[in-house]
Amino acid sequence: MTADPIDREVSELKFREPEKGRALADALARTVRRAVEKTGRSPIAVMHVCGSHEQAIAKFGLRAAFPRELDVIMGPGCPVCVTDLPEVDEAVALATDGVIVATYGDMVRVPGTAMSLADARSEGARVEVVYSASHAVELARSTDKQVVFFASGFETTAVATAAVLLKGTPPNFSVLSAHKYIPPVMEIVAEMPGTRVEGFLAAGHAATITGWGIFESFVERHGIPVVVAGFEPLDILAGLLKLVELIRDSTARVENMYPRCVTREGNRRAQEQLWKVFRPTGGRWRGIAHVPNGNLRLRGEWSSVDARQRFRIDAARMWKHSPAALVERCLCVDIMAGIRSPTDCALFARECSPDSPVGACMVSTEGTCRIWSQYGGGYPDLGGSR
Amino acid sequence: MCLGVPGKVLEVNGNVATVDFFGLKRPIFLDVVDEPVAPGDYILNHVGFAIRRIPASEAEETLALYRQLLAETDDDPMASDVRGEIAATRKTGNDGGSD
Amino acid sequence: MKGNGRTRDEKIALRHGAGGRAMRALIRDVLAGNLADAAIAGAVGLDAMDDGAAIPLGDRWLVITTDSHVIHPIFFRGGDIGRLAISGTVNDLAMMGATEVLALTSAVILEEGFPCADLERIHLSMREACREAGAAVVTGDTKVMGKGEIDRIVLNTTGVALTDRIVTDNALRPGDRIIVTGTIGDHGFAIMAARHGLALDGELRSDVGPVNAMVRAALATGGTGIVAMKDPTRGGLSSALHEMAEKSGVGIVLDERAIPVAPAVRSAAELLGIDPVHVANEGKAVIGVRPGAADAVLAALRAHPLGRDAAIVGRCTEDRAGSVIVDTGVGRRLLTEPEGELLPRIC
Repeated sequence: MTADPIDREVSELKFREPEKGRALADALARTVRRAVEKTGRSPIAVMHVCGSHEQAIAKFGLRAAFPRELDVIMGPGCPVCVTDLPEVDEAVALATDGVIVATYGDMVRVPGTAMSLADARSEGARVEVVYSASHAVELARSTDKQVVFFASGFETTAVATAAVLLKGTPPNFSVLSAHKYIPPVMEIVAEMPGTRVEGFLAAGHAATITGWGIFESFVERHGIPVVVAGFEPLDILAGLLKLVELIRDSTARVENMYPRCVTREGNRRAQEQLWKVFRPTGGRWRGIAHVPNGNLRLRGEWSSVDARQRFRIDAARMWKHSPAALVERCLCVDIMAGIRSPTDCALFARECSPDSPVGACMVSTEGTCRIWSQYGGGYPDLGGSR
Repeated sequence: MCLGVPGKVLEVNGNVATVDFFGLKRPIFLDVVDEPVAPGDYILNHVGFAIRRIPASEAEETLALYRQLLAETDDDPMASDVRGEIAATRKTGNDGGSD
Repeated sequence: MKGNGRTRDEKIALRHGAGGRAMRALIRDVLAGNLADAAIAGAVGLDAMDDGAAIPLGDRWLVITTDSHVIHPIFFRGGDIGRLAISGTVNDLAMMGATEVLALTSAVILEEGFPCADLERIHLSMREACREAGAAVVTGDTKVMGKGEIDRIVLNTTGVALTDRIVTDNALRPGDRIIVTGTIGDHGFAIMAARHGLALDGELRSDVGPVNAMVRAALATGGTGIVAMKDPTRGGLSSALHEMAEKSGVGIVLDERAIPVAPAVRSAAELLGIDPVHVANEGKAVIGVRPGAADAVLAALRAHPLGRDAAIVGRCTEDRAGSVIVDTGVGRRLLTEPEGELLPRIC
């Protein structure tokens, strides 16, 4: 395209130049080689814990540029993928009971026990896709009907939900929170027996809110490095490069590779709003585990806008229609730990497929199981220069 | 998480900024961002809320960080080749922006 | 379909009309499968699942196509359902190589209570699109249904045209080049912005319009060097390329950075997390060209006002037949086909 000033601004803020990307990928390959030689372990396994990292890796085709001796595993990252079936069921139950359910586009096709919100909509339920929590509030203002905002996402998105509640909402508006909180699940993954994960790529935008300091005690407890990274191709490659360097040098430390957005303290104002509205509580993450403090629920003071308090949600009626709970046989957690492969799972490519996913590893576009079913293995072999 | 997109602030009206996302403009709420935001600033938008004011200079600082990372990655001859290539690319200047 | 048992779909879902795999499966298994045995010898019929049918008529071909149009909102930036109905049918004829339209028909089904002023506005817009396409509506039909029995208006158009040579969508060979005739994603993003009330203020504008004159110019220059054409409507560039790759038995490698995308569309794509290659176009063509003819066809397209942004965006390969691979500059990925409604993402 032409050299207009807008393009120049984009290139200043965004990090996509192929030449630099290739240089970083080459440096990553060399550093991985060194790390393998030095540690005697191959492949080196690292985990990203963020839905946007997985989207960016997919969008820019980065997986094809990763060295073979580096295993980049999708962790319990995408908040939509780890939303548990009963949480989806609650939203479906509300929608089929005649409440307008507003939600982010990501949630619409995520399967519950019996159906997804998209299925409910095709049977006549009203499900509205919103781009912002504030759209859901506007929707409530435009109708007399009850509007429930089925709110998903990590702390970054939870902050937006908190902000609209703090601003005041109309009486027909309430929130069904499926918000998740990342730090506790990282503990679980780090403590999985036999895990091969040697380092974490932490989510830059969640850290924008929480600050990178939050990972310091984690690193101390587990002796495993954490690198905070952004979401452009160069950000991800540079983040991985730094992470593998730390692994090579057996250094457990937090590194912030996303200083343009992340500080040590994070966004204090956002944290205040977040904790004024939400409290952490334990809950199951789809196909993973019970995560203590992993779910964000509305605090008692907000019970008047809590859909779980306002409605008698009968999600249990769906459970008797469902086939045997496949999710119980899902090996997601072992696959994430890098100790089993998708082909070890009895569900893989049978009951569990991209069109009909069971666990988070198949729901997510970058999930290990999704990648395996798409490429017939862990690495896309798509030709080209590399 | 999460889909964060940088944009440039054109105008601030109380709690709402008009932000240019390099082609489209959108109103963005300022309830959450922890620093005063003024026209000309960059912000990081997530689901309609600014979550961070990005000082314009920090984009360049991050790129400098990556250059340094590359420079210290290796002592082998290939790395300096790559560095040379990058320097050459920069010099010949991709003034045409990202393409 | 419930739970995780894999069965053939029992009910029609929105994705069956979205232009992707589900829709092709429905047409192949249910609709075409049950109607195709009444085929005409030597014709390109239903079983080809192309943009239209072609029936041999002496030493020429009679091309015929039909399309029903529903859209919400009816009026949008850059066009309306009337312009869409004329352009859609004219463009389907053009994609078969038939750029001189013989005649069009128009059938409209209206919901009780539909404003007459809107109907008139739609008809004026159809007339304007006909003028641009050099086409005429020669017969029509009108039905009215009760309130709530139909959503405001459904418009069907059928077109017929004669041509000396037809272009199908299945004759690509390894080495052939893929050209798109302009920026992609304009129509779909304009509709999405209007439909979801996204408060996106900018130049999102549908590209809906007839492309037959531009295609005629390309055919005049490229001749038999043009081997495949498709209009990237529902499902966008991705579905069009998948269909062409599957039917031709080739792989296609796309150079992502060569794909023309308007700044407003690029911006919307980033904000909403939707890839422009999945988004509908209503005034563009994807053209498969033998390597030797590519530059001349590109020049002919660029000389036409509608083709100023035309670009060579891909190359056909022997590898990975039926797949479309995107080269992003920093890596490569397998392009997926959109299924169902495109939804804005938060992560």
